[in-house]
Amino acid sequence: MRLRHLIVLLPLLAAGGAAADPDSYIDVARGKALATVGDCIACHTAKGGTPFAGGLALQTPFGTIMTPNITPDTATGIGSWTVDDFARAMHEGRRPTGSYLYPAFPYPYYTRVTRADVEAIYAYLRTLPPANNAVNRNTLPFPFNIRMSMIGWNMLFFKPGEFKADPKRSAEFNRGAYLVEGLGHCGACHTPFNSFGASKDDKFLQGNQIDNWAAPNITNDLHAGLGKWSADDIVQYLKTGQTRTSLASGPMRDVIENSTSKMPDTDLKAIAVYLKERGAAGAGAPAPLPASDPRMQVGQAIFADTCSACHARDGGGVEHMFPRLAGNVIATQDYPASLIRIVIAGGRAASTNAFPTAPAMPSLGYRLSDAQIAAVVTFVRNSWGNAAAPVTAETVHDLRSRVVHASD
Amino acid sequence: MADAGDPWPRKKPLHPRAARPPAHDGVTRRSLLATAALLIATSGATARTVIGVLPWRPNEAYPVTPVVPGGYLFFTASESAVVDAFVDRLIPTDELGPGAKDAGVTTFIDRQLTGPYGGHDWLYMQGPFSSNPLPTQGLQSPLTPRQQYRQGIAALEAYCNATFSKGFTQLSGAEQDKLITGMEKGEVQFQNFSSRMLFNAIHGNTMEGFFADPVYGGNRDMAGWKLVGFPGVRYDFRDVMDKPNQPYTLPPVGMQGRPAWGER
Amino acid sequence: MARRLPRKDVVVVGLGWTGSILAYELSRTGLEVVALERGPWRDTATDFNIGTAADELRYAVRQDIFLRPKQETLTMRNTPSQTALPIRKWGSFLPGNGVGGAGVHWNGQTWRFLPDDFRIRSHMIERYGEKILPEGNQIQDWPVSFDELEPYYDKFEQVAGISGKAGNIKGQIQAGGNPFEGARERDYPTPPLKQGYAQELFTKAASGMGLHPFPRPSANISIAYTNPYGCSMAPCTYCGFCEWFGCANYSKASPQTCVLPALVREPTFEARTECEVTNINLSVDGKMATGVTYVDANGEEWEQPADLVLVCAYSLFNVRLLLLSGIGKPYDPASGEGVVGRNYAYQTGSGAQGFFENVQFNPFAAAGSLGAALDDYNSDNFDHGPHGFVGGASITCAYTNGRPIRYHPTPRGTPNWGGAWKKAVKDSYQRVMGVGAQGSVMSYRNNYLDLDPTYKDPLGRPLMRMTFDYQPNEQKMANWMAERCEEIAKAMGAKSTQLNRLGVPWNVVPYQTTHNTGGAVMGSDPRTSVLNRYLQSWDVSNVFVMGASAFPQNAGYNPTGTVGALTYWGLDAIFNYLKSPGALVQP
Repeated sequence: MRLRHLIVLLPLLAAGGAAADPDSYIDVARGKALATVGDCIACHTAKGGTPFAGGLALQTPFGTIMTPNITPDTATGIGSWTVDDFARAMHEGRRPTGSYLYPAFPYPYYTRVTRADVEAIYAYLRTLPPANNAVNRNTLPFPFNIRMSMIGWNMLFFKPGEFKADPKRSAEFNRGAYLVEGLGHCGACHTPFNSFGASKDDKFLQGNQIDNWAAPNITNDLHAGLGKWSADDIVQYLKTGQTRTSLASGPMRDVIENSTSKMPDTDLKAIAVYLKERGAAGAGAPAPLPASDPRMQVGQAIFADTCSACHARDGGGVEHMFPRLAGNVIATQDYPASLIRIVIAGGRAASTNAFPTAPAMPSLGYRLSDAQIAAVVTFVRNSWGNAAAPVTAETVHDLRSRVVHASD
Repeated sequence: MADAGDPWPRKKPLHPRAARPPAHDGVTRRSLLATAALLIATSGATARTVIGVLPWRPNEAYPVTPVVPGGYLFFTASESAVVDAFVDRLIPTDELGPGAKDAGVTTFIDRQLTGPYGGHDWLYMQGPFSSNPLPTQGLQSPLTPRQQYRQGIAALEAYCNATFSKGFTQLSGAEQDKLITGMEKGEVQFQNFSSRMLFNAIHGNTMEGFFADPVYGGNRDMAGWKLVGFPGVRYDFRDVMDKPNQPYTLPPVGMQGRPAWGER
Repeated sequence: MARRLPRKDVVVVGLGWTGSILAYELSRTGLEVVALERGPWRDTATDFNIGTAADELRYAVRQDIFLRPKQETLTMRNTPSQTALPIRKWGSFLPGNGVGGAGVHWNGQTWRFLPDDFRIRSHMIERYGEKILPEGNQIQDWPVSFDELEPYYDKFEQVAGISGKAGNIKGQIQAGGNPFEGARERDYPTPPLKQGYAQELFTKAASGMGLHPFPRPSANISIAYTNPYGCSMAPCTYCGFCEWFGCANYSKASPQTCVLPALVREPTFEARTECEVTNINLSVDGKMATGVTYVDANGEEWEQPADLVLVCAYSLFNVRLLLLSGIGKPYDPASGEGVVGRNYAYQTGSGAQGFFENVQFNPFAAAGSLGAALDDYNSDNFDHGPHGFVGGASITCAYTNGRPIRYHPTPRGTPNWGGAWKKAVKDSYQRVMGVGAQGSVMSYRNNYLDLDPTYKDPLGRPLMRMTFDYQPNEQKMANWMAERCEEIAKAMGAKSTQLNRLGVPWNVVPYQTTHNTGGAVMGSDPRTSVLNRYLQSWDVSNVFVMGASAFPQNAGYNPTGTVGALTYWGLDAIFNYLKSPGALVQP
C-alpha cells in the first residue's frame, strides 16, 4: 500500500508526449498536481517497477489485490479508456465493461472529485509513456473474487456524488474538505473499518488499525487527535515530515515524501484548517497507570537504559531528530501497534529537501523480549502526562510475528 | 556466503561457525553451536549501488549471538580445567568479588576461539613469516590463537609433569603463581613453545573476558564492571556531567539488559 | 579483462569525509559523479544500533569496524637498513573502512593549525637561525597560509557543527577561548561541551600557573544542530563509546550525519560500495587520467572513464594508489630524489597521569573530544631557544572513555595480575586522570613510504612499506612536554604522578594515533612535492589528492580540521579547473 522508496520520480517530469496545444498543457500540469494529491503513484507502482504501471500487491483483510496498470498502454493499461470511462471508475468504481472495482481503490473517496479535476488527471495520465505490464487482476480467493458481490457492498456502504461545499464554512475550509474527503482519501486509512472493509462514516478520521499500524485519530481531539497541534504544525508536518516535536515514519512517511511535501502550501493550510475546525471526536483518556505499578517500574528501567539517550529522560525528544514522547498521540492510540512495531522493526523518518537526514529508530526486536517491549511501551504510554491502556506480552508476541518480516 | 579466505567481507550476516570439538557431557555440539557468541563478519545496511535514497530496511541490525554457558566447543575437558585454574590465579575470587573463573572467563575464551578471532581470520596471515622480527614489529607468528592454546597448554602440561610430576591443576596456588610469574617474564622454558606467548594469550583474553559485555560469556553478572564501577552500555551520562565528582549509583547494564528489565 | 562503463564527469575514490564533501558539492552543480568505496555502506540505526554499538570487545579490541589487515595492510620498519614486516594486526594506527571512513569512528577533535605552523621552516629560521632545525630534516613551508585557509576552516566547522569557544575573533581576544589561535571571522557554530570534574581542576590549576586553558573544539556536538546542507544532528550524551565506534545518536560529526543524507538526494550522484579502485588509468603520454579501474564485490574488473579523478582514499592509501598507478616519481631516500612517499610524518603522544584521593572522576562519562586544552606550549608560542628542539604540542586534560577492557589503570609497580592487581584496579578506577601532550612530528629524509618488495595484498599488488621512527628532536620535545604535563597534574592536586615518555623506537603494537600525514605533500616546488598548492598533481592535471597526505609535516594537533579546510580550498580550485582545465600553477 506504499511506494517502495527506490522509485525515482524524475522520469515523470521528462514524460513527453503532450499535445502541442497550450490548453492541454495547463490541464496536464493541473492533472499532475492532482495526481500528487491523490498519491496514485503509491499504489499503482510495483516495488522497483515502472511508475503507474501497476503490479503492487495490496494486502487486504480479504486477500491480495494486484493494482492495475494505469499508463495509456492499450494492451495492458488503460490506453483504450475514454475520459468518461475514467470518470466512471473514479466516481462509481466501475470499469468500462461495467464490472466492479474493489474499494481497495478508494472510489468511495474519489467519487467526491469534480468532473473537471477528473478530466485533468485523465489528461495527465495520457501523457505517461505507455508501459507494457500485464497484471493479474483476479487474485482474491473465493468468495471475494466474485466482483458482482460489490453490488451489495456499494448499496450498503457507498454514497456516490461530487463534493458539495458547505456555504457556512470558509473557502479555505471547503478546499481542505474537498482535498481530505476526496483525492486525499485520508479516511481510507484514518477511519475505522467495519467487518466488510468499509469505512465507518460516523467515525470519520477517528483512527484505524491497518496493516499492523495504528493510523491515528486526526480529528481535533485533545487526547487522541490533533488537539495539541496548531494548523501551522499540521502544515509543517505534511510539508517536511516534521514538527518541532514529532517526526513521521511508517506509511505516513511515504505519503509525505511522495504526495504532501510536493503540494502547494495553500492546499496544506486548507487541509490543516479543515482538520482543526471540523470538530473533535474520540474516546476520552483513561487514568494513567501509576509509576509504582510493577510494569511501569520495569518499563522505566528499560527506558532509562535504552531509550533516553535519544528520547530524553523526560520524554522530550530532540527537535528534527527524535520524536517527543510526552504528549505524543501516536504513543497513546488505543491500538498500540505503531509504537510496538517501531520498537521491534525500527523506523525511518521522512527525507525531504528541507530535512534530508531521515533519522531512523534502530530495530530493537532482537534485544527486547515480548514482556520487555510490553513494559517499556506501557511506560511510554503512561508517563509525562500520557495515559493509555497498558500493553501485554501477548499483544507484542502476536504483532512481532507479523512485523518481523515487514519490508518497510 | 563469505568464508575465511574472503578479502571483502559480505553484507549478509554469517551463520555461526565453530571448530570441531569432541562431544561433551550432556551438552551437544549442536545446541552450543547456536549459542556461541561469534562476531558476525561485518555489518552495514545492504547496498552495493546507492542512488537517490539512503539505504535502510526495517528489522535490520547486526547483534552478536549471545553465548549460552555450559560445556565447551573448543577446549577438551582437561584443557578447560587448566584454563580455569590459570585464570583463577590471574584474577582470584576474594572479598572484592568474583574472579575470572567464577565470572565465566574460560567459557568466554572457549567461544572466542571458535570465531574469527580464533583463527586470526581478519589479520594479515600471508608469509613469509620472520623468525627474528624487531620488537617494534609486533605479532609475526603464524600461530593462530587456537593453535596457541592447543599447543601452549600441551606444552605447559608437559612442563609441569616433567618438573613437578603432576599437572598444572594439581599444583598448589603458590606453585602456580610462581610458574605464571616465570612465564610472564619469559624465564620458563617449555618444549617447542614460548611460555611467554601462552601467558600473553591467556592474560590478554582474561582481561577481555572479565571486562567485556556479558553477552560474550564472561563478566558474569557484570562482576568485572561492578568491581571498578563501570556502568556499561547505558549510553547517556548527561546527568553525570551535570553533577561532577559525585558517586554514580545506578546499577550497570549490558547489551542484554540487567535484572530490573525483568525476565526475557 | 576490464569492461568499460559509460563515462562520468567525476570519479571520487573513497567515500569518507573528503570524498563525501567533494561529491556533494560537485554533484549539486549537475555534474555526473560516481564514488567508489571498497568497504560497505554504513547506516547509523543499522550499524551503530544503540543496542550493538557500545561493545568494547567487538569494536575496540577485535576492531570490527576498521579496515581488515587481511584486505590491506602495510609493512613497517624503523630505519631503511632494516627489513620491513607486515603489520599483521593494527595497533599504533587504525585505518577506517566503509562509507564514512575514519569519519565514522574518529574522536572528533577538530583543530585549526596555528598561523606559524604553515610557514614553520621560515619562521624558525627567522627567529632562531637555521642551526635549530634538526638533523636530516626535510621541513617545508606550506604553499598556503592560515589567512587563506581561514574561510575554509569556517566552512568545515559549520558543516560539522563543531562545538567550541573562539579565542580570537577578527583580532579581538575572547575570554575563555584560545588566545593563541589565528584570527577568525566568527565563533564556532555550537557552544562547548560540558566539562567534567578533571577538566575543572585542570582549568583552575592551569590558569593559576599563568597558562591559558580553554574547552577543546569538538565534533561531538553540544546541542541539536542543522548544518548548511540541511543535515541534522542531536546532542552528545557523553556515552563514552566514541573513538573506534560509530555514534548511535547522530551526535558525532561524520559523513553519515553531515553530508550523506543530502548527497544521496542529488540526482547525478551514484555511490558504488565494495568496489576497490586498483589503478588510476593514464593516457598514453601519461599526462592525463582517463579514469580508474576497479574490482567489485564479485571480483569482476571494471573500467570507469571520467574527466576528473579525485583521490580521497585516506592519506596512506592515497600514496599507495599514486605509487601503483605511476603518478609522480617515487621517492628514494638514498638519492633524495622523487616525491611520492616523501615527508611521511606522524604524531607524538606523551604526558603524565595523576593519582588522586577522594574523587569521583567518573571516566565513563566521556566524549571523544571532551577536554580542557592549552596551547601555551604549541607551535612557536614559547621560546624554543633554551631547549634545542623544534615543534610543540597541544596539552589536554581529557576523558574519551572509561571502558574497562583497555582502561583499568594501576600505579606503576603494581603486578599485572593477582589479588594485589585486583585491589589496585578497584581503588584506582575513579581516581586517575591524565594530562596529555599531542605533539608535532617534523619531516625527515629517512621517514617515508614506498612499495614493499616482498609482501602483497589479496589481489597480488605490493603492499606499501612504511619506514618511520621518532627522531631525537621529537623525543626531546615530547619528553619536555611530558614534564609540563606533570607540573600541571601536580598543581591539580594529584597525590602522586607518573610520567609517560614518548615510546622509542616507534613500536607498531600499542595504539598511539591514526594521524598519518604526508607522502603526497603539497608545495611550491615540484621537486619536493607531489601536489601544487591547489592539491592538484604536478604530473597529471586532472588528478587532485585530498587528505592529510598533503601535509608537508605534522603540527601539534589532530589533522582532521585542516583536512576539512583543505578539502573546501581544493574544491574552489576544482571549480576553477573545470572552467579552464589545465595546470593551475606553473612550476
